[in-house]
Amino acid sequence: MSLDVARIRKDFPIFTRTIRDGKKLVYLDSGATSQKPQVVIDAEVDFYAKHNAAAHRGAHQLAEEATEMFEASRETVASFLGAKTEEIVFTKSATESLNLLAYAFSNAEPGSQFAIGSEHSIVVSEMEHHANLIPWQQLAKRSGAELKWFGVTSDGRLDESNIDSLITSKTKIVAITQQSNVLGTINNLDHIIEKAHKVGAIVIVDACQSVPHIPVDVTNLGADFLAFSGHKILGPTGVGVLWGRYELLNNLAPFLFGGSMIENVTMTDATWAEAPRKFEAGVPNMAQVVGLAAGIKYLQSIGLEKVHEHEKALTGYLLNELNQIPGIAVVGPTDISLRGGTVSFTVEAIHPHDLGQYLDSAGIAVRTGHHCAWPLTRALGVPATTRASLYLYNDNSDIDALIAAIKDAKKYFGQ
Amino acid sequence: MQLDNLYQEVILDHYKHPENKGLATSYDAQVHHINPSCGDEITLNLTLQGQKVSAISWDGVGCSISQASVSIMSSLMMNKELSEAQTIFDEFVALMQSKGSGSPDESVLEDAVAFAGVSQYPARIKCALLGWMAFKDASVQAQKRN
Repeated sequence: MSLDVARIRKDFPIFTRTIRDGKKLVYLDSGATSQKPQVVIDAEVDFYAKHNAAAHRGAHQLAEEATEMFEASRETVASFLGAKTEEIVFTKSATESLNLLAYAFSNAEPGSQFAIGSEHSIVVSEMEHHANLIPWQQLAKRSGAELKWFGVTSDGRLDESNIDSLITSKTKIVAITQQSNVLGTINNLDHIIEKAHKVGAIVIVDACQSVPHIPVDVTNLGADFLAFSGHKILGPTGVGVLWGRYELLNNLAPFLFGGSMIENVTMTDATWAEAPRKFEAGVPNMAQVVGLAAGIKYLQSIGLEKVHEHEKALTGYLLNELNQIPGIAVVGPTDISLRGGTVSFTVEAIHPHDLGQYLDSAGIAVRTGHHCAWPLTRALGVPATTRASLYLYNDNSDIDALIAAIKDAKKYFGQ
Repeated sequence: MQLDNLYQEVILDHYKHPENKGLATSYDAQVHHINPSCGDEITLNLTLQGQKVSAISWDGVGCSISQASVSIMSSLMMNKELSEAQTIFDEFVALMQSKGSGSPDESVLEDAVAFAGVSQYPARIKCALLGWMAFKDASVQAQKRN
C-alpha cells in the first residue's frame, strides 16, 4: 500500500511556504536534514512551555516531569532500534557519537579490550562520510594504529574482494556506513560483521542514512555500536544517538566529563555512573530528545516498512527519468534493491553548483558538492555531484519538477 | 528572471572561454586554494616585475562563478601596479559584501562588475572570491620572495 503523501505533507508546516517568489517547495535534500512534522515542533514547544527543568537534577515536580519525559524518550528510541533502554546514549549529534567512541578508545585503560596501539589496525571504507572517517583517521594517528579501508567498485558498491587482507587478527575496529550519503548504496554488513567478530574486532556502524529510511534492528544487525542523528529522522537538530551493546558500552571509558556522569567525586579523583549516564555529562538537550521521540513515533505511526517501499518506488522512477536525459551520469548502483533514495549524479558540462543554483531558482532544494565525503568523490573522479535525496513527503511530482528543471538548466547553460 | 542577475553573459563567456588558463612554468609564487564546502580548486602562478604584476596564469576546477571570476580577475590584474591591484581587490571584496546594494565602480572593476549579482547569493560569494584570495595570497608570497 502506498503512502498518502498529500496527507503526510499536511503534517509538515514548511510545505505551506513558497520558495523564490511564489514557487512550490520541492524539497529533495532530506539526506542533509529532514523536514519536521508539526508534532515534533509541538513536542519541543510543549517541553519548554510546560515541563522545562534540568532532568536528573532537583526534587521538584518540573524536574520529575522533565526526567520522566527524557527517559521515556530513551525507551522510545530503544524500542525503535530493538535495543535495551540502557543501551541508548543521547549526544548532540551522530558526529559526537562517533567522536565519543573514538576518544573512548583513546581513553581506555591499558589492557582493556578497547586499548589500541601500533600493533592494531582500524578498518573503514572509502565511502564514509567525514564524520565516520576523520575520528578513526585521527585515532589511528594518535594511537599509531594502521588505518585501512574497503574500496568502492566502479558501480558504487563496497569492494569486499580483499576483506581477508583488511580484517585480520590485528583489527581492533571496523567502522562502516550502512548506507552511503553520496551513492545511496545500502551495505549488507552481515559478512563484514561476522568476519570482524571472528577476529575479535569491534564493529561500529554509521546509520545516519539508514535508520530514517529502512527498518534497523540492532539485535539482527549484530554490530557493537551504532550512531545516527536526530535531525535526519524528522527530529530536531542538536540531538544524536549512540547505541552500544550494553556490556561493551558499560566497559567503555567516558569521553566528556562533568555533571551527572559520576558515581563519586573528590578533589583528586572521580568514579563513573553506569552507562548510559556516564556518557551524558552536563544538562542534556532535553527538548530535542523529546522532539526526537515524537518524530520517531510519527514515523512508526506511518510504518517504516511502508516508508521504505515508497522511497524505493520513487527512487526507481527518479533513476528511470534521469537516465533518459542525455549527458546525465548517476553515481552509485542503478539496481534499486542495492540502494536507498539518495541519488547523486552529474550533468555533462554543468557544474553541480551551477545546476543547484538553477534548481533553486525553480524552488527545488538539492545538495551539491562533495557531500562531506571528499575521498569518495575523488576516488570516483568527480570533483562534485548534485544529490537528490528522498523521504516520505516526496512524490512523483517532485521528481517531475526536478527532471523538467534539469532539462531547462541544460538550455540555460547553453547545451 | 532573477537568476540572470547572477549568471551575466560575460560570466558565462569567461566560463566557456577562460583567459590566462594553463599554468606558466616559471613564476615567483604558486598558490593552491580550495573551497572546502564545495571542492572548487584553483592553482595560481604569479610573476612580479618590481611592484608590477607581469604574469598571472591559473588552472582549476569549479563552478562557472569561481572559474569566470578567476579568469576576469587574471586579465584585470595583468600589468597593474600592486597598489592599484590592491584598490581593485578592495573594491571587489566590498562589492561581494554589499548584499546586492553595492554600486560598483566600473572604471575600477571593468568586467568584474558582472559579479554584482553574486552578492545577493550568500552561498556563492566564496565562489567568486576564490581566485581573488588566491591572487592576494600569491602577491604577498611573491613580494616576500623578491
